[in-house]
Amino acid sequence: MLLEKKQNNRKNIISLIAVALFLVVVLILDQVILPTNKMSMLLTVLQKGSVYALAAVSMNLLNGFTGLFSLGHAGFMLLGAYTYAIFTIPNAVRDTVYMYYDAAIRFSLPEVLRNSMGSLGTVLGVIIAVLLAGLVAAFFAWLIGLPVLKLKSDYLAIATLGFAEIIRAVFQWGKLGPVTNGSNLLKSFERISTFKLTVGATTIKLSTFVPVLIAVVCIALIVLLVNSTYGRAFKSIRDDEVAAEAMGINLAKHKMISFVTSSFFAGVSGATMAMVLGIAQANNFKSNMTYEILLMVVLGGIGSISGSVIGSVLFVAASEWWLRGLDSGVFLGINAPGIFRNGFRLVVFSVIIMIVVLFFRKGIMGDRELPEQLGKLWKKIRGLFAKKVKSEEVADHE
Amino acid sequence: MLKIKDLHVSYGGIRALRGIDVEVPDGKIVTLIGANGAGKSTMLRTISGLVKADSGSITYDDKELLGKPINKILEAGIAQVPEGRRVFANLTVLENLKAGAYLRKDKDGIAADLQWVYELFPRLEERHWQLAGTLSGGEQQMLAVGRALMSRPKVLMMDEPSLGLAPLVVQGIFDIIREINKQGVTVLLIEQNANMALKVADLAYVLETGKITRFGTGAELLADESIKEAYLGKKRAE
Repeated sequence: MLLEKKQNNRKNIISLIAVALFLVVVLILDQVILPTNKMSMLLTVLQKGSVYALAAVSMNLLNGFTGLFSLGHAGFMLLGAYTYAIFTIPNAVRDTVYMYYDAAIRFSLPEVLRNSMGSLGTVLGVIIAVLLAGLVAAFFAWLIGLPVLKLKSDYLAIATLGFAEIIRAVFQWGKLGPVTNGSNLLKSFERISTFKLTVGATTIKLSTFVPVLIAVVCIALIVLLVNSTYGRAFKSIRDDEVAAEAMGINLAKHKMISFVTSSFFAGVSGATMAMVLGIAQANNFKSNMTYEILLMVVLGGIGSISGSVIGSVLFVAASEWWLRGLDSGVFLGINAPGIFRNGFRLVVFSVIIMIVVLFFRKGIMGDRELPEQLGKLWKKIRGLFAKKVKSEEVADHE
Repeated sequence: MLKIKDLHVSYGGIRALRGIDVEVPDGKIVTLIGANGAGKSTMLRTISGLVKADSGSITYDDKELLGKPINKILEAGIAQVPEGRRVFANLTVLENLKAGAYLRKDKDGIAADLQWVYELFPRLEERHWQLAGTLSGGEQQMLAVGRALMSRPKVLMMDEPSLGLAPLVVQGIFDIIREINKQGVTVLLIEQNANMALKVADLAYVLETGKITRFGTGAELLADESIKEAYLGKKRAE
């Protein structure tokens, strides 16, 4: 027991160091890679990848760990994106953004706080706006969770899918224009390209660091939740509702906790998405987006958090970067504009997904996690090395 | 003592229990035998709060349990091993056991009871890291019993623990039931394997289509001719 605890502590420390190193690398990349560089795609992938990774992990919390098949993710991300956008548009440009309406909400959190606290206020304002985005999504999740969580499997999926579509329609509704800007997009709010840290004469760009940091913090919180007593209760409910109930686990309460938490992080990821893209428009949050996220979860492995992260980063990298050449004529040095033209990328992409699903029935990671797999690999390598030394010793003696 | 008085339960129009009275004295093994559909599982599920009753009363140490939520009943000291084992297949053995202690907050007590369960079932300690779904049927039954014991129950209710297990394994399960009882846990056992159940039981009830038709000590019923005929597989004289 004690030994296990010690080992776990060591594992946790190693994981923490790895994450910290990763953040430092991201920060350095952010400074080194210029927007004109070819490698700038890497930054885009990191930015969008962290948005989708958070979305996929939060969906996995619900679908993979609690066994609630919900398809409302795009709706909650929309809520998050709009909340963030509405509360961070500077007052000066609000009238140009709300061209056809008389804006109802006329304060910007970063601006208000900047006036009273200086540049620290901007940071604080953005953080509060992101949290608010999560809370709004969580509130709506609680509201619709009351009736909807009584449903099971496909029925729950249909109900949540319907909710997401309704939200999208409501946000495009003209009568709500003063708040949501109707079907027009929201823009000019705080976005990642404006995130900088000025120390003396040098400015440190934070445009990739911020979304990555948000994703890392949120995913870490989800990991803590999954490994807590609550997480065990979620997994029990997924495996066998009757037995879970017999253990005294309150089904309604835990399903609600999982649903609300998942939606909170979906809202945060929606806010981060708005931050990365610089615009928020209801039309972008179609059910297609939910399916994409579901695909990342399935590709990575249902019930594996690191799988969801890997799945979403690979998905974003492949669709945004690696396969781009298939659309523009030159791919892997092959110049064939006749074949490699608009749309061919999607064909190849679909084929790749089919192959992955065929060969990795349970996704890339299954329900395992990356750190333990790496730990096993490390042990194996060490084992091989130790054997080699031993056999060499034996050979020497002979 | 667990007392059930004049309990009526119906499932969507079907009256599954029609006024039954059962007493489970502390420290005893009490068994309820009966054919398929007699209402045995219904009674157990009603006691644990999974099924709502129409009328009647269920008291433990003179405290009314009927109508209380499941967690309160569990906290009162009544745990159940559900029919068909129902272990959490994708959780490890250790996680399954911890799930059994879900309502408890006393860390030291949980650790001590984990040791207790491991002593009762050394096999579970050997396999504590393994996914429960990969255990054999008998091991899963051990895990289901161990999981229920992790709530430190005063009364352990078991629904068909011998279901689908090899005869040798069934013998092992019944040995364990005796051992658990010896350590001070009252056992309410529901079985179709009447022969085995009556052998371990101090008290036995026979349930037929929702009513108690016979009761007595295990040995009495075991010797009874009509019981032998109906439940123990003795051939009718031609």
